[in-house]
Order: sequence, then structure tokens, then C-alpha cells
Amino acid sequence: MNQLITSAATEGEVNPLMPNLWEMGVVLAGFLILLFIVVKFVVPMFEKTFAERAEAIEGGIAKAEKAQAEASAALEEYKQQLTDARAEANRIREEARAEGAQILADLKEKAAAESARITAQAHAQIESERQAAVVALRSEVGSLATTLAGRIVGESLDDDARAARVVDRFLADLETQNAGAAK
Amino acid sequence: MHLPAILPWGAAEGFSKQMLLVLLSVVIIAAFFVLAARKQQLVPGKLQFAGEAAYGFVRNGIAKDIIGGRDFIKYVPLLFSLFFFILVNNIYGAIPLLQLPTFSHVGGAYVLAGLVYVTWIAIGIKKNGIRYFKLATVPSGVPWFILPIVVPIEIISNFLVRPVTHSLRLFATMLAGHLIMMIAGSGIEFLVMQENILLKGTSLLVLAGAIALYMLEALIMVLQAYVFTLLTAIYIEGALHADSH
Repeated sequence: MNQLITSAATEGEVNPLMPNLWEMGVVLAGFLILLFIVVKFVVPMFEKTFAERAEAIEGGIAKAEKAQAEASAALEEYKQQLTDARAEANRIREEARAEGAQILADLKEKAAAESARITAQAHAQIESERQAAVVALRSEVGSLATTLAGRIVGESLDDDARAARVVDRFLADLETQNAGAAK
Repeated sequence: MHLPAILPWGAAEGFSKQMLLVLLSVVIIAAFFVLAARKQQLVPGKLQFAGEAAYGFVRNGIAKDIIGGRDFIKYVPLLFSLFFFILVNNIYGAIPLLQLPTFSHVGGAYVLAGLVYVTWIAIGIKKNGIRYFKLATVPSGVPWFILPIVVPIEIISNFLVRPVTHSLRLFATMLAGHLIMMIAGSGIEFLVMQENILLKGTSLLVLAGAIALYMLEALIMVLQAYVFTLLTAIYIEGALHADSH
């Protein structure tokens, strides 16, 4: 306390608001040196680190986003391929069904044609056989009738031309009779 | 008031302890931050992390929050240097043996406040031209008949009082804290020397009070560094956006 009082007493006239110019100079110089070091080294180094860190983080995010985009693109592609494959399968199935129906229709047609042909052939054969039978029968019946009539009548009716005429007339009559009976 | 010089020893004028401490603070701050920032690792070590936290406090907590926008980064070096220069020089007052907050000598506070004063006026003129003085002194939206009262008040408060309060706030708090510590110390010494045992005993009370005040002073040292820097940022912001104030 004594020291304080004496020191205050010896410098009692000094106004604490009056600066010491040398101290001002030292503070100014010191602060400007510090500011220079901060501007030149400290701030750029910290900002560079911050920027690099931000870039590293953002770069990681960008990479992740890219991977995600790639994955979703691949998924999209697979879905597309799956849809395509389904469409392809459907198309093939449809084609097979159409082809099957076509084949079936062809076969049916072919069978119908064949059966028609066979029927027609059978008809023709029957017709020709009937015709042949009619011709054979006609001559047979004619000769038989002639022979029988010759025997009954005793008159030779071997004159063929005349006999044929008689038989034909007889048969024509018979047919008209038949037709009348049928009516 | 002023301590005797170191060089030449004991002289009234010369290279004093205060000056040595100022230069030492420059070395401490520069060395710490250059060492902390030097490695530039993406995943910081302990030293780099501490440096980045301290730098980020001024960069984001003061410059970005107050000035904002895209150009706040231009003013980070000034604010950063101010904050740590004042902080270290204040903390000297709380370190045993050193025990001298450099800004308890008013010269340093004048210098820094003067630098800031010149800086924000220069920014204001650069940004708004000579019109800046009108923007800074004539508030918009005030009726014309009040202007004769408002304009002088604005001129006095912005251009005359502001640098004075800016410097004296720092100086006065540091000086007051320094004086309290000195008085408490001397008082304890005086009481311990007394013959009367009861008077001797009261020194313990003073000691307890001094310790509490020491804690308070330490808080004020940090706070004043912050306040000085914050006010600087506010002045710069006011100069940058004078047309919207």
C-alpha cells in the first residue's frame, strides 16, 4: 500500500487518458505485423483447409448420388428388359396359338376335302357300277326274256334287231309303269 | 502510472514491460495459429482442431453472423487479429508475474479504436461514395422538422463519440481490473504486516474477495476482447449497408 501511494504520488500529475506515444507505436507496429501474418498465412491456410474439407464432403455426396443414379438406371434397365421379355413371350405364345389354329384349320380343310374326294369317288364308282349293272342286266334280262318268250311263243325271235327293239319297248313301258307307281 | 523501462533499465521513458508484452503477444498468436493451420489435414489433430475452433469462432460467430453476405470473408483477418490480439494482451493481467493487461495503458486502445474508425469510414465511402455521410447521419423515415435535432445527435454519436467509447471501454475495464488487483494485493500486504492479530486476520477476507474479483476480471478480459471485436463487426456492417439502416 505504501508503495502504491508513493508511486501514485510520484506520478500524480500523469493523466491516465494521455497516451504514451512509444507505446502507441509499439501496439500499432505489433498489431500490423500480426495482421500481416494473419492475412498472409493464417486465414488462407484455414480457409484452404475448410474449402478442401467442404469439397471432400460434397465430393463424397456427389459420388454417392452418382452411384445411386447408376443403380436406379440399372434397375430401370432390368425392368425394361423384363417387360420386353414378357412381351416377347406373349407374342411367341400368341403366334404359336395362331399357328396351331391355322394348322388345325388346314388339317380340317384337308380332311374335309379328302372325305369329299373319297365320297365323290365312291359315288362315281357306284354310279358306273350301277350303270354297268344296268347295261349287263338289260342285256341279260333282254336275252333271258327273249329266250323265255321264244320258248313260250315258239317263234324264233333270234332276229336280234327286232328282239332288241321289242325288249327296249318293253323296258320303256316298265320304266313308265315304275315311274307311275312311284308317283 | 507507467512502469520504469527495461531498456535503458529504470528510465522514465524507453522500452517498457508493456511494449515487451505487446510484441510477445504477436509472437504467441502468430506461432500458435501458424502451427495449428500448417498441416491442413482434412481430419484435424488436437492442435489443428483447437486452432480451427478459435478461428471458426471469429469467422462464423462474429464475422459471418454480423456482416454476413458473401464479402464477410474480407473482414475476417481484421476481426480475427483484433480478437486474439486483445484477448492475449488482456489475459496477461491474469497471469502471475506478468500481471499487466496491456490495454490498461490507454495508448494501445486508442491505436486499435483509431484503426477501426478509419477502416469503417473507408469502407462506408468505398461502398456508398461521399453520399455515405448523408446516409450515416440522416436517418430515413424521420419527419423533416425533427431532422435539425436528429442529425447533430447522429453526427456526434457516430463520428465523435463512437471511437472514444470504443477505446475507453476497453482501456477503462482493463485499468479498473488492474487497479483492483493492485489495491487488493497491496492491502493484503499491508494487513499482514500489522502487529494486531485481528487486523492480520482480516487479510484473509481481503484475499477471498480478491480471488473472487480475479475470476471476475478473467471473465471481463475475455468479454472485452469479444465486445471490442463484435462492435468492430457491427460498425463495418453499418458502413457496408448504410443505405438500409
